[in-house]
Amino acid sequence: MYSFELKRADSVASAAALLGETGGKPLAGGQSLVAAMKLRLAQPGTLVDLSGIAELRGIRKEGDHVVIGAMTRHAEVAASKDVRAAIPALAALAEGIGDRQIRNMGTIGGALANNDPAADYPAAVLGLGASVNTNKRKIAADDFFRGMYETALADGEIITSVSFPVPKKAAYAKFAQPASRFALVGVFVAQTGGGVRVAVTGAASAVFRCKPLEEALAKNFTADAATMVKVSPDGLNRDLHGSPEYRAHLVSVMAARAVVAAG
Amino acid sequence: MSVQLSLTVNGKPVSATVDARTLLVDFLRNELALTGTHVGCDTGQCGACTVSLDGRAVKACNLLAAQANGAKVVTIEGLAAADGTLHPMQAAFKECHGLQCGFCTPGMVLSAIDLVARHPQPDEKTIRAELEGNLCRCTGYQNIVKAVAHGAAAMAK
Ligand code: FES
Ligand code: FES
Repeated sequence: MYSFELKRADSVASAAALLGETGGKPLAGGQSLVAAMKLRLAQPGTLVDLSGIAELRGIRKEGDHVVIGAMTRHAEVAASKDVRAAIPALAALAEGIGDRQIRNMGTIGGALANNDPAADYPAAVLGLGASVNTNKRKIAADDFFRGMYETALADGEIITSVSFPVPKKAAYAKFAQPASRFALVGVFVAQTGGGVRVAVTGAASAVFRCKPLEEALAKNFTADAATMVKVSPDGLNRDLHGSPEYRAHLVSVMAARAVVAAG
Repeated sequence: MSVQLSLTVNGKPVSATVDARTLLVDFLRNELALTGTHVGCDTGQCGACTVSLDGRAVKACNLLAAQANGAKVVTIEGLAAADGTLHPMQAAFKECHGLQCGFCTPGMVLSAIDLVARHPQPDEKTIRAELEGNLCRCTGYQNIVKAVAHGAAAMAK
């Protein structure tokens, strides 16, 4: 790998100061970032290691929200009694990310800051209408995801936690690409206080809400209603794994499966 | 640029100054001569480099050595007893013929021990799902699955 500097932070404030001084990037679990650096797809000159910051860890119930610290690992979210009781769909989604070793290291904050077009967590955050809390502000999910690997985070801004409102019901259904196990299409469906939300990952350059499905499911929350929706292939990915039309079809199919799973 | 490291590897305290870019797997193999941890892919796919970090199976090729600072690391060399008696999971792989070339085996064994910690009596489906991050190009997995079930039972004794 190329040479870089590594600094350890022991508080969010010191991490922010180090990022400001160096123009570096935060290191969370590193499960995407270290791999990207090995390939020089990312080449930060300085990494600021967040792993020693206790205030970024942990899961707590706050009224009708579940708040998850940014440095909480996928395996911890999957195993959390609070998450399993309040939002089982979120625990199940976390249990399906990557493989066991990745879930043992990867963090929710890291996954969201990276915003991989086929990552699972963005679908839950957007599907549940969660908010992403940073050291500077609170960002609504609808404003957070901007495009491929792009978010509303400013340089040096650090995600501190994610606050998920507890939905009436929700589920995530993923059609995994057979080799990489990333979502070829993943659909998160939720009945929330603010209505039905449907978020799609894997199909386009970034996670997005599918309005036609939301409208259909708001009228009739059934698998049949989801299957009837013809999703437009415009703007969906084309690659060796599938055409935009194939992905568009999968979006309705996975939405229908998610509705069944939501019960 | 170098960083200070202090951690425990197979029960022994280790302190070192390493280049920040050093991967945990390279630190273990090149600095500590613990070459039982293998590098199959170097891209986080195959699981041959799996070690235990504070009790959690992780891929040592996908971690900086600096990320193991302050942690307890266990590699395949740290499993057998001082008198050479194999760990029950190692013995089960031997007994069930859970390996052919053996390249994937250290990672399989470390993943299997993490698995049994969470599922003391895993069924076949659980074993297969939990070993998703470990690839074997020889065995076809049948005997690996058998070995893990056998090892789990032996660990419960
Ligand atoms: S060598 Fe680390 S996962 Fe293959
Ligand atoms: S025994 Fe050869 S790779 Fe698994």
